[in-house]
Amino acid sequence: MTTPLPSLAAWIDGVALIAPGLPDWSLARAVLRGEQPYQPAPSELPAPSVLPPAERRRASRVVKLALALGLAACADAQVDAATLATVFTASGADGHNCHALCEQLAGDDRQISPTRFHNSVHNAAAGYWGIATGATAPCQVIAGFDASFGAGLLDALAQVVTGQVPVLLIAYDSEYPQPLHAKRDTPDCAGVALLLSPQRGARSQARLQLAPTGEAAQTCTVPALENLRRQIPALRALPLLQQLAAQRSGRCVLDYLPPMQLAAELTAC
Amino acid sequence: MFSPCQITASTLTTCLGHGRAANWQALRAGQSGLAPCAFETVQLATWIGEVAGVDAITLAEPLARYDCRNNRLTQLGLLGDGFAAAVLAARERYGPERVGVFLGTSTAGILQTELAYRQRDPESGALPAEFNYRDTHNSFSLAAFTRDYFALSGPALAISTACSSSAKVFAAAARQLAVGTIDAAVVGGVDSLCLTTLYGFASLQLTSAQPCQPYDAARNGISIGEAAAFALLERPSAGNGEGVRLLGVGESSDAYHMSAPHPEGRGARQAMLAALAAAGLPPAAIDYINLHGTATPANDAAEGCAVAAVFGPHTPCSSTKGATGHTLGAAGAVEAVICAMALESSFLPGSPGTQTLDPAIALNYLRHGQPAAARTVLSNSFGFGGSNCSLILAV
Repeated sequence: MTTPLPSLAAWIDGVALIAPGLPDWSLARAVLRGEQPYQPAPSELPAPSVLPPAERRRASRVVKLALALGLAACADAQVDAATLATVFTASGADGHNCHALCEQLAGDDRQISPTRFHNSVHNAAAGYWGIATGATAPCQVIAGFDASFGAGLLDALAQVVTGQVPVLLIAYDSEYPQPLHAKRDTPDCAGVALLLSPQRGARSQARLQLAPTGEAAQTCTVPALENLRRQIPALRALPLLQQLAAQRSGRCVLDYLPPMQLAAELTAC
Repeated sequence: MFSPCQITASTLTTCLGHGRAANWQALRAGQSGLAPCAFETVQLATWIGEVAGVDAITLAEPLARYDCRNNRLTQLGLLGDGFAAAVLAARERYGPERVGVFLGTSTAGILQTELAYRQRDPESGALPAEFNYRDTHNSFSLAAFTRDYFALSGPALAISTACSSSAKVFAAAARQLAVGTIDAAVVGGVDSLCLTTLYGFASLQLTSAQPCQPYDAARNGISIGEAAAFALLERPSAGNGEGVRLLGVGESSDAYHMSAPHPEGRGARQAMLAALAAAGLPPAAIDYINLHGTATPANDAAEGCAVAAVFGPHTPCSSTKGATGHTLGAAGAVEAVICAMALESSFLPGSPGTQTLDPAIALNYLRHGQPAAARTVLSNSFGFGGSNCSLILAV
């Protein structure tokens, strides 16, 4: 290539976080700045008011989580969700639905419910997002096991840079019930959403530039937050969010696919 | 802006056979690889496209933890057509951290979990100790396996958007090539037979009791298949300028329904137009369309409507799912490689199983293959959740 390659960078115009003990970004920001102590509590998943009534009643935990994250980031950025390209990324799909299907398929009556089947796809939350918001733009749905956040961030930034359009990244994970929980012990639902934009705007909070690195990933100093970072793939974003919360410019290394990690250079607005 | 990518190697393994030659021979001859379902303990009146010999595959010893039908099929697929050697050469050329892995799947190795649920401890309900969720069932497992198989250390992801998964990996890889995080990408898709999809599509009454008949007036459902298909993508350079190039990708969302397409194919139309815009081509530049063509009444009607709206009634088109079955998350990559072979061989594949074309769909649908010097082709892949992707390939 003779032309120089573009840098992998975007402006962060909106942020959302839902995690155990961190029901929204405004409380999370205070905790991440050290202004309030972290208090453990189960994740709170708001009812998805944007879905039609029938879908709303049946919405699973993972669908509630992903929709709430996306809508909160759009509200923070003051953008219309219907216009946005999206990148969803998660280690797995709906664990409770998966358990129910596997249990039934192991028995004598294998006539599974059609709704359970279409809700079993990894892109179910993304499909409901489209139905809820009317967004017809490209929608990517990634799985990266523990590397899901980094994989999603890489694709979202590449879309911003190559397409020169804003992209909504929604990284989310949910728990499996037993017996799968013993094999994949994600403790609760949690996730992060970032609205990434190619140009600086009135709502821009920081500029983010990303590059692969071999350096070790940064950890969280508060032990409870460090546990969340380790236990829930989407919360590998916590060191970045900590810097965003403090509006602190600088560099942090995010856990991705060891030995390849991602160095995030944040410039606060 | 879309930066074109060179396809420097490709391979596919389907029920038609292992590797490009076996598949192309069958496609040229208009043969189908479908057979009545005798998979595992499944009792359904349906036809399937099962790959021969998958369970005889042994994974290389250091990778034994990945052992499951889906990764056995992955390894079998990677060994076709010198593809593995081409990846290793790219690793040598660029370095292991500069080769990315982008693979599509709908169910990965979920069969392993289905089987483990039959062996739960009667007291505790626990799954067997040897059951490994991470390296078999998890959607990322095939990408992790492939990355480890080639000792790569670059970026990797799985895309799981149901039946558009392994078309969308081409878009994701092209973006990383464009921004320079990698110099080469292993893209592709692997999906393998399992109870979830066989009983699941049956529950939606979307499986046919006969071999599927895409675009037929009497079509009544899909035949599920399994496959592994891969391509190696690189930025075009003086040294690799021969062969097939990815000119554009278009992605869209139906925002309509979880398991039914928009009746007029709104999202399909949007994806095809986006692919044309990315390639900078008018519809008339497309010489052949490999349709998604699943053979469900709703899919083919909606897609036919969208294709006719974009291209009119004259562009030759066909679905190859009557030959391979619907390989779900692998279909995008399978059909991209079929398109590449069509471009290289100047032959457009037909549609085994299709008898009487649906008179309500005004397309130039090829029931039988025909010689034609195609230069530019488009391939459609659409999935549950309203996920659509169109690829444009050219020589």
